[in-house]
Amino acid sequence: MNFVVPEFIPAVPEMFVLGMACLILALDVYLPERYRLLSYHLSQATLIGAAVMCITLYPSAPQVTFHGSFVSDAMSAVLKIFILLVSYFALFYSRVYLLERNLFKGEYFVLALFAVLGMMVLVSAHSLLTVYLGLELLSLCLYALVALNRDSVSGSEAAMKYFVLGALASGMLLYGMSLLYGVTGTLDLGGIRSFISAHSEDNLILVLGLIFVLVGIAFKLGAVPFHMWVPDVYEGAPTPVTLFISSAPKIAAFGMLMRLLVDGLPGLKEDWIGMLVILAVLSMGIGNVIAIAQSNLKRMLAYSTIGHVGFLFLGIIAGSPSGYAASMFYIITYALMSMGGFGMIIWLGRSGFEADRLDDFRGLNDRNPWFAFMMLILMLSMAGVPPFVGFWAKWSVLREAIAAGYTWLAVVGVGFAIIGLFYYIRVVRLMYFEKPDEPLPVTSSPDMRVMMSTNALAILALGVYPGGLLALCVQALPG
Amino acid sequence: MFELPFLSLVIWVPIFGGLWILLLGGEKSAPSVRPIALALSVVTFLLSIPLYAGFDTTTSEMQFVEFAPWIEVFNINYHLGVDGFSMPLILLTSFTTVLVVLSSWEVIQYKTSQYMAAFLILEGFMIGAFSSLDAVLFYVYWEALLIPMFLIIGIWGGPQRIYATIKFFLYTFLGSVFMLVAILYLYSKAGSFSILDMHHVRLGLTAQILIFFAFLLAFAVKVPMWPVHTWLPDAHVEAPTGGSVILAAIMLKLGGYGFVRFSLPITPDASSALDWLMIGLSLIAIVYIGFVAIVQPDMKKLIAYSSVSHMGFVTLGFFIAFSILRSGDADGAALGIEGGMVQMISHGFISGALFLCVGVMYDRLHSRQIADYGGVVNTMPVFASFMMLFALANSGLPGTSGFVGEFMVILSSFQANFWIAFLAASTLILGAAYTLWMYKRVIYGEIANEGVRTLTDINRREFIVLASLAVMVLFFGLWPAPLLDVMGPTVENLLEHISRSKL
Repeated sequence: MNFVVPEFIPAVPEMFVLGMACLILALDVYLPERYRLLSYHLSQATLIGAAVMCITLYPSAPQVTFHGSFVSDAMSAVLKIFILLVSYFALFYSRVYLLERNLFKGEYFVLALFAVLGMMVLVSAHSLLTVYLGLELLSLCLYALVALNRDSVSGSEAAMKYFVLGALASGMLLYGMSLLYGVTGTLDLGGIRSFISAHSEDNLILVLGLIFVLVGIAFKLGAVPFHMWVPDVYEGAPTPVTLFISSAPKIAAFGMLMRLLVDGLPGLKEDWIGMLVILAVLSMGIGNVIAIAQSNLKRMLAYSTIGHVGFLFLGIIAGSPSGYAASMFYIITYALMSMGGFGMIIWLGRSGFEADRLDDFRGLNDRNPWFAFMMLILMLSMAGVPPFVGFWAKWSVLREAIAAGYTWLAVVGVGFAIIGLFYYIRVVRLMYFEKPDEPLPVTSSPDMRVMMSTNALAILALGVYPGGLLALCVQALPG
Repeated sequence: MFELPFLSLVIWVPIFGGLWILLLGGEKSAPSVRPIALALSVVTFLLSIPLYAGFDTTTSEMQFVEFAPWIEVFNINYHLGVDGFSMPLILLTSFTTVLVVLSSWEVIQYKTSQYMAAFLILEGFMIGAFSSLDAVLFYVYWEALLIPMFLIIGIWGGPQRIYATIKFFLYTFLGSVFMLVAILYLYSKAGSFSILDMHHVRLGLTAQILIFFAFLLAFAVKVPMWPVHTWLPDAHVEAPTGGSVILAAIMLKLGGYGFVRFSLPITPDASSALDWLMIGLSLIAIVYIGFVAIVQPDMKKLIAYSSVSHMGFVTLGFFIAFSILRSGDADGAALGIEGGMVQMISHGFISGALFLCVGVMYDRLHSRQIADYGGVVNTMPVFASFMMLFALANSGLPGTSGFVGEFMVILSSFQANFWIAFLAASTLILGAAYTLWMYKRVIYGEIANEGVRTLTDINRREFIVLASLAVMVLFFGLWPAPLLDVMGPTVENLLEHISRSKL
């Protein structure tokens, strides 16, 4: 057997993140406490550096390397850039929170970097093994991050739940993959695709494998009925970790879905579209309805995530490149909005006070009109009201669903969007129409204010001009 | 010749001005914010005058067209233009906003800058909705204007404001999302989001009927038509005076405008097939809601119900045209549609004025209950004579603008069916009954209580506001020709559109 040295260039960003993560891990051990911020700054520099590399190495044509297990194409590049960007924001928000609560430890940033590495591998996966590798690298880091505050009972409980359920889902995914491998005899996604197109007869084992694979994906995205972990983990984890889990890994999970279903199993499109329709309707329904009953903002946003995942599926159900692009736009903008939402909780909280109850936002307009306005933008954007970017996200997936003939599904979707509007405007109502319990102004550090405002104003700006990001998503998914 | 983009200016001057005022912020800045807001609204009004002055009344083509690609991937354009339907409504909007800013001068003390900003931004969005020729652009403005209105009712409203504003938001959102689905469906047929292109799409009857109902839900909630009108009395009663004025004078018109811009030309066959339904709902609004108005103990609620009843004339005028067209009388059909449009403009002035009158009294006594007043004429004679004029206009007295639209619609109804006209004409009695009875109980009689005795007559600011509306009401009542000239070709064009089957 002759060994060919693989082309390393497409994977340079991943190698860079890996190297830096190891470096920071080693460095952090010897770092005196007063220089701890160095780990943070190095991590942020790593993310920016990797993003710059992704932009420089933006592939003009798909490149498959490492013996068919790694692919670098426009989709992976765009997703990676946004994963890195979103992680940058997430770590930024974390710093303030962790410093205030004495949780500022080097492990946090190392774990986050490894999670980012897992996500990057996941979206670039070109074989079942790489998918699994990336997914596990991501998941294990997230389990540990959720349990970061080991003195917190709810945090440990959330981590335990997440771990047990996550392991179960990974097992399902692995079982599905083994069935696929058993039928097709290859782990390579391209190989699986050509095998299925060559053997067009119905194969029950393949469909069974697909079901298990889809369970794994649905679990990662938090789609109903595999959503049980989402509210508990979101509520129990420290807020910056929730922020992180709800943003970048969702983009990566979208990448995983695209790799497995669209790259690997386009031959079973009929089957997975049918399954996704059920997941979409259930997710939109349960997510939006149960969110109404929540009094904890983190839980409310957790159910809102579930609802958003249902909308995300609408674009994929359309089964066309433009549909996938719409979903990609949806998940990227969702990550931005979700980050802003949890960012607001961090911003409003202080040491010893988690501002995660809805009532904590009461009368915010009297206490700080500017940030009340920012929260208004975030909430209405999530609800899908123009002129904010959340509207365009819903708009583009609905458009694709209707173009693909799923008008009834679009009608169901907008029906649940109305229900969703109710709980989002409840937050606005609390901020604007009610008086605060304690009319103290809210103080926060200047860089937090800048970051928070940038985040929310980006949502407004993208809402006024979504064309650039939409075009980017469309070109990332050529037909 | 160099031409200013007047439409863009009247949209964006108030929006950016509003954002600027928002940034000025702070409770202390209230005295400086008011003149700035007034200046911005006056500038916007002045900028909207060239739209009338430069309007070519001989063509039904879109005028002052602006076109720029916006979201090229999806073929969405920043496409603006006005015709005889939208131009008068834009002027009405910019005119009313000036009055609203003036009328809330001393009244609003809590978060003045946010209040003024909300109205200015709202103005920009409303003008944007009236002038959009791209369906997506229209939808963006249409939905976006809910946000400032939601805040206006919720922050500066009455005791039940939260219930009222959430009901308002959910109701209107419910209506409009189905319109979004219809727009997207039309795009998949027309291949373009241009409203003018959608006018030429051929559609089967089933598709037309479904689209018609999707649009109907959106516009009927806005107009509002019976039975989806229930948000309106709540919203009106709880909203601050300025909010009620904008709601009645302009936001309701968006619904009527939607019918002539979307429903009629895009789904003419469905509109024709379902005109009995629309006429029926309009008549219920006119007659039944008229009766409901009579028994209201709250002045604002009474005027709100009277708005529903008067807007029934608008929809009646639009849809009566179909049965007249079937009998081959294009002039009679034109009369109905023109009547509906005139009624919209006139109702904008009259209902706005009546809400301002209630606001004037509310600012003094903090009550809107009819029972709390009586004999106001003794202490506020000037005010009483203004309110007299508006009350008479509301009941459709000849010589006021309220008469023109109603008369045109009733006249064209006669050509369709005697009984429809008969029921519609009952408003002349009902309208007079509820308006004048309220007027009598509030204004005439002995001074009812100590509160009324301490009333002071309107000051110069209030005088200017009410006088300018009075001039408008009388002007269009005596000489509606400018309005009809502007609409003429556009109505003809619409009739030509809807008389051609699209099946």
